[in-house]
Amino acid sequence: MPKVALFVPCYVDQFYPRVGLATLRVLRKLGLDVEFPAAQTCCGQPMANSGCAADARPLAERFLAIFGGYDHVVAPSGSCVSMVRNHYGQWLEGKPGFDHLRTSTFELCEYLVDVAKVARVDGEFRRRVGLHMSCHGLRELRLARSSETMVAPFDKVRRLLAQLRGIELVELSRPDECCGFGGTFAVNEAAISSLMGRDRIADHERAGAEVIAGFDVSCLMHLEGLLRRAGKPLAVMHVAEILEPARLS
Amino acid sequence: MSGHAASAARFAADEERAHWHDQALWAVRAKRDAQAAAIPEWEELRETAAAIKAHTLSRLADYLEEFERNARANGVEVHWARDGEEHNAIVHRILADRGVTRLVKSKSMLTEECHLNPYLIERGIEVVDTDLGERIVQLAGLPPSHIVMPAIHMKREEIGALFHDKIGTEEGASDPAYLAEAARGHLRAKFMAAQAGLTGVNFAVAESGGVVVCTNEGNADMGTSLPPIHIACMGVEKLVPRSRDLGVFLRLLARSATGQPVTSYTTHFHGPIRGGELHFVIVDNGRSAILGQETFRRSLSCIRCGACMNTCPVFRRSGGYSYGYTVPGPIGSLLAPQRDPRAYGSLPFASSLCGSCSDVCPVKIDLHHELYMFRQELVARRVVPWRKRFAMKVTGLVLGRSWSYRLAGKLMRAVVPRLPRFLVYGPWNPWGRARELPPMPRKSFRDLLREEPS
Repeated sequence: MPKVALFVPCYVDQFYPRVGLATLRVLRKLGLDVEFPAAQTCCGQPMANSGCAADARPLAERFLAIFGGYDHVVAPSGSCVSMVRNHYGQWLEGKPGFDHLRTSTFELCEYLVDVAKVARVDGEFRRRVGLHMSCHGLRELRLARSSETMVAPFDKVRRLLAQLRGIELVELSRPDECCGFGGTFAVNEAAISSLMGRDRIADHERAGAEVIAGFDVSCLMHLEGLLRRAGKPLAVMHVAEILEPARLS
Repeated sequence: MSGHAASAARFAADEERAHWHDQALWAVRAKRDAQAAAIPEWEELRETAAAIKAHTLSRLADYLEEFERNARANGVEVHWARDGEEHNAIVHRILADRGVTRLVKSKSMLTEECHLNPYLIERGIEVVDTDLGERIVQLAGLPPSHIVMPAIHMKREEIGALFHDKIGTEEGASDPAYLAEAARGHLRAKFMAAQAGLTGVNFAVAESGGVVVCTNEGNADMGTSLPPIHIACMGVEKLVPRSRDLGVFLRLLARSATGQPVTSYTTHFHGPIRGGELHFVIVDNGRSAILGQETFRRSLSCIRCGACMNTCPVFRRSGGYSYGYTVPGPIGSLLAPQRDPRAYGSLPFASSLCGSCSDVCPVKIDLHHELYMFRQELVARRVVPWRKRFAMKVTGLVLGRSWSYRLAGKLMRAVVPRLPRFLVYGPWNPWGRARELPPMPRKSFRDLLREEPS
């Protein structure tokens, strides 16, 4: 049985612990041997996103040291996984174990679909759900076809959620526009970032969503912050929380 | 707050206008999607275009010389300009030597980049932009806000008022058909009186020595067939090796730019008109410096379709002027700071790195990744303010050790909920200006994990 390391991004660990727990439980229900390496902290993205390569690099090296020995690394975040897969090469290319780490670090949904080969999701979720396709999972991990690319449609996230009884996945007018979080962009360009987020929320509202669901808590944190400021009833949920009660096979 | 963030915030403060601008450009993006989807081999075309451009750039000097030889053989006069200043001087000399005082221009972002218009006007030459959008911004005394739709930021009522003031249309008239007709009449007189025409170049073909100019209004054709002198200005990167390569690029260009299958006019210039002159001015202006460095040279593949602007969620809500550079949007945010990192250092940060630009780009420039990488350049050159660099250094140190990370998290979750609201949401908290902070739970995931059965 593969030895799986759970990577819980820093802000999920601190602010959204239930998402970490839901991810752990989903993986354990599949019968996987899951460990949470306690030394883990952050993938380094805040620094890398700001251009501070020298400050991000030690975190990349640390990540390799902590997670390099596992068969698989799974995280409830597309963005942090993309950091490992698409941006660590700059510092870790050629380092022992990096090729393995890069190809065996997965976002939760792609892990369930591509590696654990989950075909059936047996459960229910009786809500109207708007899917927020966070950009890095979408365009850097290719969890689904982006609206710009002209290839055959596929969607690993929708494929899992659509099987839940009672779930209604609403159609957005802009299916994958950025919510404006963008890491440090959210504070560097706070005005544009919030406007983008409010526009995304309006799209979900028009489509009749009760829940905005996504695979990146960072975007959901930004949207939730805007929703709570506006006193709106929409909820945000991570896919893991929705899948947690279901039986996966 | 300075640079793009400040000018973008000013534009977005008028939320209704920002939404109007966003919708106008999103409509173009939607038209592009429909056109691209109608081509089964769309992704293959993009691959091919990217490969042709990469190949051409890898031996650009050879292709430029081939182009020059063939153009000269066609009876074209070829001029080389190291920078914008030289380019302007060459164009001026051609005009001045022939006693030209009235010039009509079709759209050319290169001449915008070189600031040709003011250069010529100062030297007594009347310069009339004949692309409708360009003419509108010229009459308004503004630069273009978008490379394909220069006046996209202006509402038709504003254009009506401008035309009333400048070309005598009826007061209060804002019907687009009426205004366009008025502009046609106004421009017709300029075309008839012009002594020379200047165009940009969309593609230059090495094997034929010819250039291709694409327009929707036929203004380049009017401006080059009425007066006897035609000057075509191009950056060195406009080259493709073979005529057949146009079969790839012309299919991509209009679909990506405006969602049309092809531009209304696609004109191939292979030599001067009878009794006339044709000049090509080939300009470097910093391009070979970009070509010389590995990470960002792919930005030279750009065919200036503007698709990255139409799709960019930041551009749509911040307007072209917020970038302060001739080419705005994602591609401009890459080109501008290569020209002058200090002046344009905020542009690579004017992106949420959503990657829509990279996926929409017809020549597959990995725009968002290059923007990400360029941030490192700016930090290395200390263009990024020290406070930001210092903050990231501290953040990196805290997150780099398990104990300091856990302690910082614990303190934050314990302290923030106890603070009075005005302290948490002061002006020092840009996150909190429009958003609530995330929940601060008593226990972190790793705390809860201890209670979880394994």
